[in-house]
Amino acid sequence: MRLGSGAFAASCVAIEVIGVAIFLRGFFPAPVRSSSRTEHRAEPPAPEPVAGASSNWTKLPPPLFSKVVIVLIDALRDDFVFGSKGVEYMPYTTYLVEKGASHSFVAEAKPPTVTMPRIKALMTGSLPGFVDIIRNLNSPALLEDNVIRQAKVAGKRMIFYGDETWVKLFPKHFVEYDGTTSFFVSDYTEVDNNVTRHLDKVLKRGDWDMLILHYLGLDHIGHISGPNSPLIGQKLSEMDSVLMKIHTSLLSKERETHLPSLLVVCGDHGMSETGSHGASSTEEVSTPLILISSEFERKPGDIRHPKHVQQTDLSATLAIGLGLPIPKNSVGSLLFPVVERKPMREQLRFLHLNTVQLSKLLQENVPSYEKDPGFEQFKMAERLHGNWVRLHLEENNSDVLFGLGTKVLKQYLSALKTLSLSLSTQVAQYDIYSMAVGTVVVLEVLTLLLLSTPQVLHRRAELDVPVSSPVFSLLFYLMFLVLSAIHVVVCTSAKSSCYLCSLPWLAAGAVMVLVSMLLCVIVSALARMVMDGTQLRKNAVHPTSVWSEVDFLLLLGTVGHVLSLGASSFVEEEHQTWYFLVNTLCLALSQETFRSYFLGDNCEPQHHFHMAQGCEGTVHTLQYNTGYDAPEPNGENAKALGGHRRWAVLASPWLVLACCRLLRSLNQTGVQGAHRPDFGHWFTSSDHKVQLSVLAAVSLLVIFMLVQRGCSPVSKVALALGLLGVFCYRAAIGNVLFPWQSDKKGISKGIIEARFVYVFVLGILFTGTKDLLKSQVIAADFKIKTVGLWEIYSGLVLLAALLLRPHNLPVLAFSLLIQTVMTKFIWKPLRHDAAEVTVMHYWFGQAFFYFQGNSNNIATIDVSAGFVGLETYMEVPAAFLTVFGTYVGPVLWASHLAYFLNSETSSGSALSRACFCYALICSVPVATYIILVTSLRYHLFIWSVFSPKLLYEGMHLLITAALCVLFTATDQTTHTKSRVKMDTES
Amino acid sequence: MKDTDIKRLLYTHLLCVFSVILSVFIPSFFLENFSILETHLVWLCICSVFVTTVNLLLCLVVKPNVSSRRSSLSYKVTRFLKCCIYFFMSCVSLHVIFVLYGAPLIELALETFLFAVILSTFTTVPCLCLLGPNLKAWLRVFSRNGVTSIWENSLQITTISSFVGAWLGAFPIPLDWERPWQVWPISCTLGATFGYMAGLVISPLWIYWNRKQLTYKNN
Ligand SMILES: [Zn+2]
Ligand SMILES: [Zn+2]
Repeated sequence: MRLGSGAFAASCVAIEVIGVAIFLRGFFPAPVRSSSRTEHRAEPPAPEPVAGASSNWTKLPPPLFSKVVIVLIDALRDDFVFGSKGVEYMPYTTYLVEKGASHSFVAEAKPPTVTMPRIKALMTGSLPGFVDIIRNLNSPALLEDNVIRQAKVAGKRMIFYGDETWVKLFPKHFVEYDGTTSFFVSDYTEVDNNVTRHLDKVLKRGDWDMLILHYLGLDHIGHISGPNSPLIGQKLSEMDSVLMKIHTSLLSKERETHLPSLLVVCGDHGMSETGSHGASSTEEVSTPLILISSEFERKPGDIRHPKHVQQTDLSATLAIGLGLPIPKNSVGSLLFPVVERKPMREQLRFLHLNTVQLSKLLQENVPSYEKDPGFEQFKMAERLHGNWVRLHLEENNSDVLFGLGTKVLKQYLSALKTLSLSLSTQVAQYDIYSMAVGTVVVLEVLTLLLLSTPQVLHRRAELDVPVSSPVFSLLFYLMFLVLSAIHVVVCTSAKSSCYLCSLPWLAAGAVMVLVSMLLCVIVSALARMVMDGTQLRKNAVHPTSVWSEVDFLLLLGTVGHVLSLGASSFVEEEHQTWYFLVNTLCLALSQETFRSYFLGDNCEPQHHFHMAQGCEGTVHTLQYNTGYDAPEPNGENAKALGGHRRWAVLASPWLVLACCRLLRSLNQTGVQGAHRPDFGHWFTSSDHKVQLSVLAAVSLLVIFMLVQRGCSPVSKVALALGLLGVFCYRAAIGNVLFPWQSDKKGISKGIIEARFVYVFVLGILFTGTKDLLKSQVIAADFKIKTVGLWEIYSGLVLLAALLLRPHNLPVLAFSLLIQTVMTKFIWKPLRHDAAEVTVMHYWFGQAFFYFQGNSNNIATIDVSAGFVGLETYMEVPAAFLTVFGTYVGPVLWASHLAYFLNSETSSGSALSRACFCYALICSVPVATYIILVTSLRYHLFIWSVFSPKLLYEGMHLLITAALCVLFTATDQTTHTKSRVKMDTES
Repeated sequence: MKDTDIKRLLYTHLLCVFSVILSVFIPSFFLENFSILETHLVWLCICSVFVTTVNLLLCLVVKPNVSSRRSSLSYKVTRFLKCCIYFFMSCVSLHVIFVLYGAPLIELALETFLFAVILSTFTTVPCLCLLGPNLKAWLRVFSRNGVTSIWENSLQITTISSFVGAWLGAFPIPLDWERPWQVWPISCTLGATFGYMAGLVISPLWIYWNRKQLTYKNN
C-alpha cells in the first residue's frame, strides 16, 4: 500500500492515541463509587430487618462517643508504636496498648502512600482514584461523601490543627483551624509546635465534638535522616507526651459528663528504610491504628501482634461511633471490637447498616453482583437477622436468642469481609496489563515512525507501507495466537480487575490484531531497510550532508527536553525548559543571520541553506530536501536584498527575543515562580481596569492588522466585526470598560456577544474550507488554497481571541507578530527546510502554551473558557472550548505551519513531510513519558506532578492527531493537483 | 605548525587555568570568611581580575600576533581605549542577553552584571588580546573554516566552551535540591568557569591529536 507520508503519520498518531488511551485507562482505574455522588440527599438509613413485620427502629442508632479526638501522626510506622521503639520512646502509649482500655490494629494503607490520598481514604473510606482530581478541576476540595461532611451536616463542631491539606480538602468544615504548610521539609519542630500550642486551650474549652490533629514532624525527620535517626526517638517521645496530655484531659472531662469519648491514634502511611514513602513496601503500608476509650474493656495481658485491618475501615467505624451515616463510597468494614460491649441488638444493627451500605455500592459497580459470595452471605445474614429480631421482640428464651445472635453476627462479619475485599480489589492496583498493552502499541508506532524517517526525508514524500503482505503472513497469525493465549491466561489468573479483560472479546481481539499487525509491519520495514542499506552502500556515494548549528540545537533540544521529563522539578518547571530552548534558538538564528549577511561573500557558500540539487540518495539526515521551488544560490539572494531588509533580518531574532521576554513576565507559572508578581495579576486587579481595557483594545487592533493581510475582503469585514464583538463580550461580562459607556450597566453573561462572535468564527472557517475545496476541484493556481488556509487560520485566531482572557490577548498578538517576523525575515530569506521549520513551529507552540499561563498542574486550566457563550453547562462544547482555550499556542502555530509551507512551496511534499515531522516530534515525548511514568509509578510525586503531566501529554497527542489529519486533508488536495499537472505534462 | 607551538599554547593555557585556581585560594589568606559560594561576588571580581591580568601578561610576553606594525604611543593608547570600550560593550550585551533569558530585570542586577563580566573575561578578553578590537577578524575566527592559526583555533574552542558551560550551568536552577549553588547566577558562573578551564585544557590536546588534519592558510 502506498501512502503519502502525511497520511501515514496521521494514521500512526491515530493508532498511538488508541495506545495512550488504553495506557491511561490502566493507569487511572475508574474508582468504585456510588452513583448518587453529586446529590447529597440524606437517604433514610436502612431499617432493622424483621421477618414478617416491619421494625419500629428505623432511625440511626445514637452515637457511642460524645467526643472524638483524631491524632494523625504523618508517616507513623507500625513498629514505631508496637515495636521496640514504641516500648522505649512511647511508654504511655505502650501502656495503653497493652493494659489500657484500647483496641490496636495495624492498618494497611494502599499505594500510593502519599499524604493527600491517604487522608481521603481515612475520611471517605474509599480508595481515591486519580480520576477524582480531574472530576473537580479547580477545587481541590473533597466532593465525595465523607465523615467530616456528615459530621458537619449533623451539626458537630470540629476543630483542626496541622497539615493544611485538610483545610484544602474540607474548606469551611471546621469551626476553627490552623493549617501548617509542609513545604519546608527541613523543619520538624515548628510544624508540630504550631499544632501543640493550641492544645491546652482547646482541651480546656471542650466546646467541640471532634478534634483533628495532624502532626508532620515525624514525616519530615524521615525525609531528612531516615527511620533510624536519633531524631525519631525524640519525636516519638514528644508525640507520647501529647497523647498523654490529650488522654488524661479526656478522662477528666469524662468524669464530669459520664459520656465516653474516643481517642484515635493513626498514621497516614509508613516510612521506608530510606525514610521516604509513596511505594508499596511493607514498611510504607503498615501504620498503627489505636482506638482508646473508657468504653472499651481493659485487657489483662499484652498483645504483641495486633490484628491487620484496612485503613479504609476507620471511616465506617468513626461514622458509627459518632452516630452518622456511613459515607456512601466507603469500602471499609466496621472494626467490630469497638461495638462488642454493646447489647446484641445494637451490634447487629450496626453490622446490618454497614453491610447494606457495602452491598449497595457493590450493586452499583459490579454488574453481576448477585453472584458475588459476599452478597449471598449478606442476604442470608439479613434473613437470619430478621428472624432474630422477631424472636427478640417476642422476648423468647435468652439462651436461644444469644446462640442465634452469635450465628448472625458471624455471618455478618464474614459477609462484610468478603464484600469489602471484592470492592477494594476493584481499584486496588495499577492495571499493569492494560498499561503494558498500551505501551507496546505506542512503542510500536514510534518504532515505525522512526524507521520510516529516512525514507520520508528522502526526496519522494511517499512511502510503501507493507500492510497487505504481512497481514497474510505466518508471523501475523502466530503473533495473534500467542497474544490471544497470553490474554486468556492473564485474564483468568488476574486477581484485581483489569480494563482489557472487562472489554468484550471482540474489542480485545481487535487490540491484539493491531499489536500483531504493527509488529509485522515493523519487521518487514526493518527487513527492507537492511536490504536497501546494503544496496545503497554498494552504489551510492553519500553526499556529506552538513549540519548547521541550528539543526544540532533542534535535535539536542528535543532530546534534552524528552530526557528532562524524568525529573519532577523539570516537569513542574517545564516552561523554563521551553523558554530556554526558544531563546537559544533565537540566538542561534541570530548567529546564522550574522554569518550569512556579514560573511556571505568571503566565506564558503552557505552550507546549510541546502541545495535541493545534489542530495539524491542520502538516507539519514533530518534536514535536506527543501521542496521550495526555485533554489537559487543564497549569496545572490543576500545581495539582492536592500540595506533595510538586511538590517531587518539581522534585528528580527532580537525582536523575537524581546517579545518572548515580555510574554514571559506576563504570566508567572510553574511551582517555584508562581507566586512572583507578574503583569497578568497587575492587569487583572480591579484598580487597573482602564489599563487592561487599553491593552485588550490595542492587542485586538494588532491582531486585526496582522491577520487581515491574507484574507479575502469578505473575511476581512467578518474578522473586524468579530474582533469588535470580542471586545464587546469582555465589556459585557465586566472584564474591560467601554470608553463611551459611562453609566454602570449590570454585568451580564455576554451570551449574545459571544454568539455573535461564534457566528463570524464559523463564517470565516466556512469560507476557508470552501476555498480549500474549490482549489481541489478546480486545480488552478495554488493561490486560492493559500487564501483558504489563511482564512481557516484567521478563524482560529478569532476563536482564540474570544476564549483567551483579556490580559492574555497580548500573547495572541505577539504570537502573530512573531510568526509574521519569522516568516518574512528568517524562514524565507534563510531558506530553512520543511523539517527545521516544523520543529521551530513546534517549539514556539510549546513556549506559547506556557506563555498564556498554563503549567503542568491541572489547577491552571482556565475552565472559564468552557462557559463562553453558553447559557448552561453543556459537556461537549464546554470540553471542546476549554481544550482549545488551553492549547491555543500549539494549535495556532501548527495551523500557521500548514499555511506557511503551502504558501512557500509548490510541491506538496513539504507539507506532508512537515506533517510527518510534527507527528514524530510529538510522539517521542509521549512514548518516553509513558515509560518514565510506568517506572516512576511509586514515586512520591506521582500524583501531584507526574500524573497531571501524563494527562496533558495524552491530550496533546490527541490534538496532534487532529492537526495531522488536518494537514493530510490539505495535503491531499495538493496531491491530486500535482498529479493532474503531471498528467497534463506527459 | 610545529610541536613547539602547541607546547607554548599548552603552557600559556595552563597558566590561565592556574590563575583561576589561584583566585580561589589566594584571597582566603587576606580576606576572612572567603568562600566561593558565600562571598560569590567578591570571588567573581577577583577571578575576573586574575584572568584578565594573566591574559594581558601573556599577550605582552608571548605575542602570538605579530602584526603590530605601527607602534606609536597614540596608536597604542587608542587601541587600549578601544579594547576597554569593547569589553564594556560585551559586558552590557551579555547582561541584556541574560535578562532576555529570564534573569530578573531589577533585583539581582549586580549579580547578573558580574556574571556578564566574568563571562566577558573568559571570552572577550582573550579575543581582544589575540585579535585586537577588530570585529571583522572576530567574525572570521568564529565562522566555519575561518581560523588561521592554532592560537585562533584554541581561542575558538575556549570561547565556545565557556559559553556552553554557562548555558549548561543554567540547567540545575529549576531543580528542587535547595543547594546553595543553585541560586542565580552561581551555577551559571561556575558552569562558565568549568567550561573555560575545560576549553583551555582540551584545546591544545585537540589540536595535538588533529595536527595532521589541520591546515591553516598562514602557517
Ligand atoms: Zn504523610
Ligand atoms: Zn512525606
